[in-house]
Amino acid sequence: MTTANKSPGAAAGNLLSRACAAASPSAWPSGAPDFFSRRRFVQAALALPAVLALPACGNETQRPTLSRTFFSADEYRFIQAATARLIPGDDKDPGALEAGVPVFIDHQLSGPYGRADRWYMEGPWAAGSDQQGYQLEETPAQLYRKAIAGVDAYCRERHDGKPYAELSSEDQDQVLHDLDENKIELEDFPAQAFFSVLWQNTQEGFLSDPMYGGNRDFAGWKLIGFPGPRYNYVDEITRYGDPYTMPPVGLLGRDGTRMRS
Amino acid sequence: MAKRLKPVDVVLVGFGWTASIIAQELTEEGVQVLALERGMDRATVPDFATTHIQDELKYAVRGGLFQAPVRETLSFRNTRDQTALPMRNLGSFRPGAGVGGAGVHWNGQTWRFLPDDFVLRSHVEERYGAGFIPEDLTIQDWGVTYEELEPCFDRFEYLCGVSGKAGNLEGARQTEGNPFEGARSRDYPLPPLERSIGSLMFDKAARELGYHPFAAPAANTSRPYKNPLGVQMGQCTYCGFCEWFGCGNYSKASPQSTILPVLLKKDNFSYRTGCDVTRVLLDNTGKKARGVLYRDLQGQEYEQPAQLVILCAFAHHNVHLLLLSGIGTPYDPASGTGVTGRNYAYQITSSVEVFVDELINPYMGAGALGQAIDDFNTDNFDHGPEGFIGGGYIALWTTGGRPILQHHLPKDTPKWGAGWKKAMAENYLKSVSISTHGSVVSHRQAYLDLDPTYKDIYGDPLLRMTFDFHDNDYRMSDFLTGKAEGVAKAMKPRSINVKGRKKPYSIVPYQTTHNTGGAVMGDDPRTSVVNRYLQSWDVPNVFVVGACNFPQNAGYNPTGTVGALAYWAADAIRGMYLKNPGPLVQA
Repeated sequence: MTTANKSPGAAAGNLLSRACAAASPSAWPSGAPDFFSRRRFVQAALALPAVLALPACGNETQRPTLSRTFFSADEYRFIQAATARLIPGDDKDPGALEAGVPVFIDHQLSGPYGRADRWYMEGPWAAGSDQQGYQLEETPAQLYRKAIAGVDAYCRERHDGKPYAELSSEDQDQVLHDLDENKIELEDFPAQAFFSVLWQNTQEGFLSDPMYGGNRDFAGWKLIGFPGPRYNYVDEITRYGDPYTMPPVGLLGRDGTRMRS
Repeated sequence: MAKRLKPVDVVLVGFGWTASIIAQELTEEGVQVLALERGMDRATVPDFATTHIQDELKYAVRGGLFQAPVRETLSFRNTRDQTALPMRNLGSFRPGAGVGGAGVHWNGQTWRFLPDDFVLRSHVEERYGAGFIPEDLTIQDWGVTYEELEPCFDRFEYLCGVSGKAGNLEGARQTEGNPFEGARSRDYPLPPLERSIGSLMFDKAARELGYHPFAAPAANTSRPYKNPLGVQMGQCTYCGFCEWFGCGNYSKASPQSTILPVLLKKDNFSYRTGCDVTRVLLDNTGKKARGVLYRDLQGQEYEQPAQLVILCAFAHHNVHLLLLSGIGTPYDPASGTGVTGRNYAYQITSSVEVFVDELINPYMGAGALGQAIDDFNTDNFDHGPEGFIGGGYIALWTTGGRPILQHHLPKDTPKWGAGWKKAMAENYLKSVSISTHGSVVSHRQAYLDLDPTYKDIYGDPLLRMTFDFHDNDYRMSDFLTGKAEGVAKAMKPRSINVKGRKKPYSIVPYQTTHNTGGAVMGDDPRTSVVNRYLQSWDVPNVFVVGACNFPQNAGYNPTGTVGALAYWAADAIRGMYLKNPGPLVQA
């Protein structure tokens, strides 16, 4: 996850101090338990890794190392490998990995989304029909934790003890197809349930504002031609067929590396 | 133990569009009005500022402005022989929470239902014969006519600064506007928005096919505007962040941008947020409301006495409160008797994605910037050969190009991987979508009641929804989708992708937040919860206002009609009820 910053600037310094503040025990995990979600908050807190990799505070010349907030090292290798297959890329044509999608997913899962803070999570539990929607007991964070363990175990069994991250690209693709088609059996839920969340979160990370950790340097937006959240197109709306040439901008400005902590 | 509070004259449950309108009107009579809102306080500044509101992940994907199911949800099943399960996260529909309600995060598509919509059963029987209506359809007349509501539609449009062009001024057809609309007393307050390139392409194709395209009416201001309350709105900047977002530019009509600057200054109005109303309290006769019971965010319970209780929450919430409070006989689908929860309906949508050579720049848009045809709505065409009831508009909306949820990919694009990435790069700037917005009939097996198993945070049963589209609706939607496909092909595209509505109804993919019925209005207490003035037949000092009043759903976005009904009820309360409290219609 360490990326050297080749163009040091004030923004990197700002981010560094933000990242350090965010990693301090008093400021993290974010969000106080409220009246309605204490039970799940406690569950989520217990599931978090005990030790955080702290960013290299004080080094002004490097892009900061963002600490993992949810995944273990092994889990993170899975996420890096899987998202790199879902949206492949390289230095010249960034995909999910180059755009920071694993960082995005990691941070989402340690926050309100990962904890399913807004969801109704009371029993009794039943599978229901497809039309009745998500009926799993697992929060998104729990879904990832269980599924990654299951998929890695599946891969080790069939590929000489190798976890997903160490398979060939072809084999990695095949595992993803098999997850999507429910051809792999996971213990607590259908594999497709995990695949659909993983693919959804991967797209979110590639295409959401860079302040969430993905879409780094506006990689996703540049690919498709979205200039970012801009305020005013009164002059441009009727220039039919003309390309719009302004460079992408994010909610935190032009620097597509900035991340809100 | 509930803490008893100082009585007020009128208590409103909810503080969205209908509550804001009714509060503004009733406070003019000098009565003391209090609104209780379950969600947070929200204001244009700071909550909708463009420095942070244009955040697709936070607001559109994670639902920052929506109702949180952890606090309030419902259970769902398609049919009575299934066990309903809770809607654990939002999907098919996204009600708002907080001051302004869904009026904060809507698109601004502001339609009037057609004259025929308000007398649907009579009209269909008269034109096609009673035998044309399948036996299990419970469609009915509204008890109010378009002509009666016309001044109310007009007031809502002028409140909002709707941009559009009349198609029918006092019976005289106008060029450019919608030739099928009901007669209006004057033109829209503002001219239409600028057209997008997509609008022009749709317009040309539809004209070639002999249809009658027009600029859809938009509560997005095409010019600076001062409404009749003296509230100033700014010109829309086409930023493309209307639906799911608040407007930081005072351009999209919402309670905040049209009424609250005036209402909140009044001494005889107050509101409280974070208040979950759990009951309408009745006296020992069961015929009179004493007030409401609510809980604050700490769980403390309060009794708020009031002379008049008006339910102004989202459709589901109004019906839930009626059922929990024992107002109106709950509907029984086995016998077809009872009223509360009866005639729940929805809308049936479909789309045709169109991949073109032209550069579209889809991110320049506005929530109600669109070109539409009404040739296949309600009874604007002969249903005889088709054998179904209802219809809808077909439109090309240019609402925005938010990358996560608003990209289109050609059929047979790989779901992920290098092929997906390539298709994203090739199509995002060169695709549009034509949507159909279809009516849904009410029928005997579609209804709302209380769930026998699942409870909310207060231990009360969840509302239970039993719903599927009727065969009538699938046939109607297929018909509309076919017409949309015809327009799409006339645009001479590279390719199209037809996305028809598949059976059965699913609560998962987003479709529309146009949930209706459950507390319908009408002339007959055996088939309606409220009379034509939206007053409870059983408890005359309770009024219920909103899309829950629709006896069936029409082929238009509902907010224009909901706004008109709010003015209609407010007029009845101001003009009749306050002078002489009691039933406004004798059963």
